[in-house]
Amino acid sequence: MSEAGQDRILVLGIGNILWADEGFGVRVVEEFHRRYAVPDNVTILDGGTQGLYLVNYVEDADALIVFDAIDYGLAPGELKLVRDDEVPRFTGAKKMSLHQTGFQEVLSAADLLGRYPKRLALIGCQPLDLEDWGGPLTEPVRAQIEPAIRLACELLVQWGAPPVPRTEPLAPAERLLANDIDHLNYEMRARSA
Amino acid sequence: MGIQTPNGFNLDNSGKRIVVDPLTRIEGHLRVEVNVDSNNVIRNAVSTGTMWRGIETILRNRDPRDAWAFTERICGVCTGTHALTSVRAVENALGISIPENANSIRNIMQLCLQVHDHLVHFYHLHALDWVDVVSALKADPKATSALAQSISDWPLSSPGYFKDLQIRLTKFVESGQLGPFKNAYWGHAAYKLPPEANLMAVAHYLEALDFQKEIVKVHTIYGGKNPHPNWLVGGVPCAINVDGTGAVGAINMERLNLVSSIIDRCIEFTEQVYLPDVAAIGSFYKDWLYGGGLSGKSVMAYGDIPENANDYSAKNLKLPRGVILNGNLKEVLPIDHADPEQIQEFVTHSWYKYPDETKGLHPWDGITEPNYQLGPNAKGTKTDIKELDEGGKYSWIKAPRWRGNAVEVGPLARYIVGYAQGKPEFKEPTEKFLKDLNLPVTALFSTLGRTAARALECQWAARQMRYFQDKLVARIKAGDSSTANVEKWKPESWPKEAKGFGFTEAPRGALAHWIKIKDTKIDNYQCVVPTTWNGSPRDPKGNIGAFEASLMDTPMADPEKPLEILRTIHSFDPCLACSTHVMSPDGQELATVKVR
Repeated sequence: MSEAGQDRILVLGIGNILWADEGFGVRVVEEFHRRYAVPDNVTILDGGTQGLYLVNYVEDADALIVFDAIDYGLAPGELKLVRDDEVPRFTGAKKMSLHQTGFQEVLSAADLLGRYPKRLALIGCQPLDLEDWGGPLTEPVRAQIEPAIRLACELLVQWGAPPVPRTEPLAPAERLLANDIDHLNYEMRARSA
Repeated sequence: MGIQTPNGFNLDNSGKRIVVDPLTRIEGHLRVEVNVDSNNVIRNAVSTGTMWRGIETILRNRDPRDAWAFTERICGVCTGTHALTSVRAVENALGISIPENANSIRNIMQLCLQVHDHLVHFYHLHALDWVDVVSALKADPKATSALAQSISDWPLSSPGYFKDLQIRLTKFVESGQLGPFKNAYWGHAAYKLPPEANLMAVAHYLEALDFQKEIVKVHTIYGGKNPHPNWLVGGVPCAINVDGTGAVGAINMERLNLVSSIIDRCIEFTEQVYLPDVAAIGSFYKDWLYGGGLSGKSVMAYGDIPENANDYSAKNLKLPRGVILNGNLKEVLPIDHADPEQIQEFVTHSWYKYPDETKGLHPWDGITEPNYQLGPNAKGTKTDIKELDEGGKYSWIKAPRWRGNAVEVGPLARYIVGYAQGKPEFKEPTEKFLKDLNLPVTALFSTLGRTAARALECQWAARQMRYFQDKLVARIKAGDSSTANVEKWKPESWPKEAKGFGFTEAPRGALAHWIKIKDTKIDNYQCVVPTTWNGSPRDPKGNIGAFEASLMDTPMADPEKPLEILRTIHSFDPCLACSTHVMSPDGQELATVKVR
């Protein structure tokens, strides 16, 4: 339960783990959750490829952090933080993400409902390979999981909700992606395939 | 040049070819090609599924008790319905009966899916084929309020409410960020609503978006989660404990009351928003009665929602069951899923291989072996098809037929069968809807009729949820908390070989699974899904499928903006779907549209 007056913060990873670097956002949020505990006003969500219906979570958030694989036309593995008003402007200008129709629709729908987040940060990584069906994250993109998490931590500190490194390892049942599709297990199979 | 099909359509592929094809990555597996004559009337239609499913291959040699979890993942929208079909197939094969409470809970889950799917389909995937969002900017909020109040008692109807929305919408459209409303043909000549009706519909689009999250909570309570709730061979995986003293997470009175309150809201939203909207929109489109296709000829419904557990005969099923052929509403023919002569799948025009492709195969003997090859007159290459050759193989969808007949399935088919059987709960609302619009009963055989039947069924389903929830609670109060029968859970109790089938009425139509079990493992599994029936390609005799038939003879205002095609294909709620790109005859991308 969040205390009165406290902003509700949503940390959301989106993407498709079956499509190589397209899974970046989900893998970041999975790892973030594995390593950090967050205050009660922060929600961590694996949004997968849910599309428009993520609006029901976004509309409840005062502040939103989104991890995603985004085509900015940069070098593969380059990380970019886009904030607030730049987000819709940017997405409108160029096709940035494979499921961007999905997420831009979510933001637009929240806007039309009159419940657009007050603060918004999009942490995007330039993908290298989106064609490798069932494949792992590529090295340059995998290398950005750590920096993406650091960026999110800085934002959460600025927003008064600092994450705390877990002292006890997260129980398997508490993981975001369980049942063998967590990053390590999934990619071991993807590589041996 | 013209070809007469056995099922009564005149095909002429000599005119200009229009290709509507999905090219996106996440979803989008349906492609439609049509030929139009010099007056831009559709004279030939070709529907193709562009995705290989392959679930049947994955299931082979697995535990039959797990099949529901795999088949459920066929679709994230009609979530749960494949699982229900699967557990019924396994129970049928192994002779497993389920408790009454499990039957009630399964019905509530299935009806809940109908309500959710119909509502979401209409507002978020289909309404914008009828509603021009940009026109809403010109609406007078006061007149919109008067319109809304004239058709319903729904409280969100003040001039201020519509004014606020219009301001947000104006800002939104002016910013160039159309979001969910982009990729459409705003201003197209085929839009007929006045600005006020458009503004009202946009308001309800957003309200439905907000409300739909409540509906799925029913699945999270009885099935643990949504999408893809949990199911169980032999019953339902949810323990009942109204005293709240036993297992954590069991269904208690508080959970039952929450379900009950959601059901009330479903009934309210359907009756005060969805149905009045469809009637109001329909009143402006009653001259646009294209798209009937097979519906006036041949339709099929398997029936569903058993009143009592374990009885799947027509008289015990609350949704109608039977087949109508050649428009003969006087005779509803019985269906037998086990009869090898009735339901058969053909692959003459599908990208699969049979030993003898002139014959169909009953699903128990079904073969799912891919064979991707283009016909001799196809244009382009196997990885970049410009134009399909419908004379050869052209779809990943097989062609299922009932005694050799192509049939339409879905809410309209269910309502036509129910109407023909004279069931008042289907006949009377249908007659009233049409009478209010001053339309004859034959107007039902149209795109509009398909959309209306879905709305009527949504109301029926919401009220049936109430019925089964009350029935469940009454039994629980009488002391029956049984939800599963595990007598035959252990494979040691099964015969060495068994076969069975299960069927449901999924939101988008008749759905069945056939299973063969050998040495406790799945030996063969076949799913014949509603969109296989509706989206099927031609069969060896040349009969066209329901999508193809529905497009025939439809005039298009502008073939480069095929709103009419989208409207009619969307009216089937095809489960194939999502973003579709529209290609011009020379292959240049014109625009992107949403197709579902």
